Amino acid sequence: MNLNIFRHISALALLIPIGATAADATLEQRVERLEAQLEASNNRTQASLNDQLPRTHFGSYGELHLNKLKNRNGSDKDELDIHRFVIFMSHDFDEQTRLFSELEVEHSNTDNSGVVTLEQAYIEFAANDAMSIKAGMMLMPVGIISETHEPPTFYGVERNPVETNIIPTTWSEGGIAMSNRLQNGLSFDLAITSGLATSATANYAVRAGRQNTSKAMAANAAYTGRLKWTGMPGLELVATLHRQSDITQSTDATAGAATLYETHAVISRGAFSLRALYAAWRLDGSGPASAGADKQNGWYAEPSWRLTEQWGVFARYSSWDNRAGDTSDSHFRQVDLGMNFWPHPDLVIKMDYQNQRSPSGQNEYDGINLGLGYQF
Amino acid sequence: MAWISIFLLFSFSLPAFASESSAEVNNFLSAAFKESPEIHDVWLSGDLRPIVRDILHHDYPLARVKYWRIDQRTAWVLDEIGKERPITVGIVIDQGRIEKVQVLIYRESRGWEVKSPIFTAQFDGAQLDKDLRLDRTIDGISGATLSVRALQKLTRLALLLNQTIMTGEHP
Repeated sequence: MNLNIFRHISALALLIPIGATAADATLEQRVERLEAQLEASNNRTQASLNDQLPRTHFGSYGELHLNKLKNRNGSDKDELDIHRFVIFMSHDFDEQTRLFSELEVEHSNTDNSGVVTLEQAYIEFAANDAMSIKAGMMLMPVGIISETHEPPTFYGVERNPVETNIIPTTWSEGGIAMSNRLQNGLSFDLAITSGLATSATANYAVRAGRQNTSKAMAANAAYTGRLKWTGMPGLELVATLHRQSDITQSTDATAGAATLYETHAVISRGAFSLRALYAAWRLDGSGPASAGADKQNGWYAEPSWRLTEQWGVFARYSSWDNRAGDTSDSHFRQVDLGMNFWPHPDLVIKMDYQNQRSPSGQNEYDGINLGLGYQF
Repeated sequence: MAWISIFLLFSFSLPAFASESSAEVNNFLSAAFKESPEIHDVWLSGDLRPIVRDILHHDYPLARVKYWRIDQRTAWVLDEIGKERPITVGIVIDQGRIEKVQVLIYRESRGWEVKSPIFTAQFDGAQLDKDLRLDRTIDGISGATLSVRALQKLTRLALLLNQTIMTGEHP
């Protein structure tokens, strides 16, 4: 409003006739003063723009899924589901220190297998331009979609099965972590956190061991290190090593330490992108070995093509096995073909076809998935 | 305890956090111009306002934007929020093409890769096409989608404003 007043006054100044009288000179001086004030006002506005922003931020993402899947070895899946609705809140205490949190509702309500979960809640301290430390409940620095999982950022209605079953995404732990950026696009992360707590009744599947920092057993800590190279536009190369001294949190004498090796590459060249990931667990102890769960591994490759700014197509081949340590048939494979449509950069409509090959007697879902997702 | 010692070692062995001052802007301008440039501003009003909104998907938070100019070279300092916090970007345009893009202040906690000169060099030489989009593809960064998008918006905005002040009209 004030700026408009100044503009009108400046316009009036143009009407002042040339050949100033004493009164005109006074008016000119006033106009000059007003122009100077206008300039100062704009300078102050620009300088304080960042200071005027709220220190508390809110955001959200969510996704609605329709699964029309035939099951060769069991019940079909004909389901419409608000799979996730997430609200995040962050607060800047000062320039260097902030709180970040994500609260998630899965499957709409808790009366029908839904859950309310705190996905992240940590304090982050930026020690300098290159290093930050965070403490609290955080996403583990492993895989491609663990830390960046908003629906418009990836292809496929459902998250890929390898990161879901092997890593296992989304994977939160409580603890402390450090991120450090070196020169030439190199960075590394180190984390000391709580660990997984799987069991013999779950055949030592790693995904069953997620504790979500909910009265989590913390007898055995976990150590994670990640090395990332992004020194070339459109290329990300990552290797992660995770180790915990007992994957059952000392509740199973026949189990022991566990190590996760993960590596992935993300390549983007113009309209073409490729994501490729390999992850493998090694579990010590006679218990996991007897279940064939001493080796759990998987990989996937996902080429995609951005046809236009709004349309993209992808294909994905996934292979995973949570009981790869014995000769029994426990190997899953899945092919996905589909497309994303972004009516707005933060909105996405997805459709894909999936074809699974499952071990004998296991659920084997083939069919169509539709999805609607957003983020802001 | 050994791990905690490593954390503390890194905490105290690195330089202090860069203060968010106009020093970054002054350094950027000093590098962009050998002589003192003229300071002007352009109003984001009238027909220009909806075009700016189309590019940013929202209004620019200022009613007018300052720029620096010598002949056909202009420099712009613009802000756009990546995910939560504004990214301050300096952009030099010569003869209607991007000469240099530099991230002056990066406040987001993730996506810092956009600060890399190797990344920003992708914008060198870029100009607007008839649809007011960059005439080239910018290869993205995994996990930094919103920051990359912010830089693309700001470069398009700077090119639009440069076109407006050079020709006295806009598309």
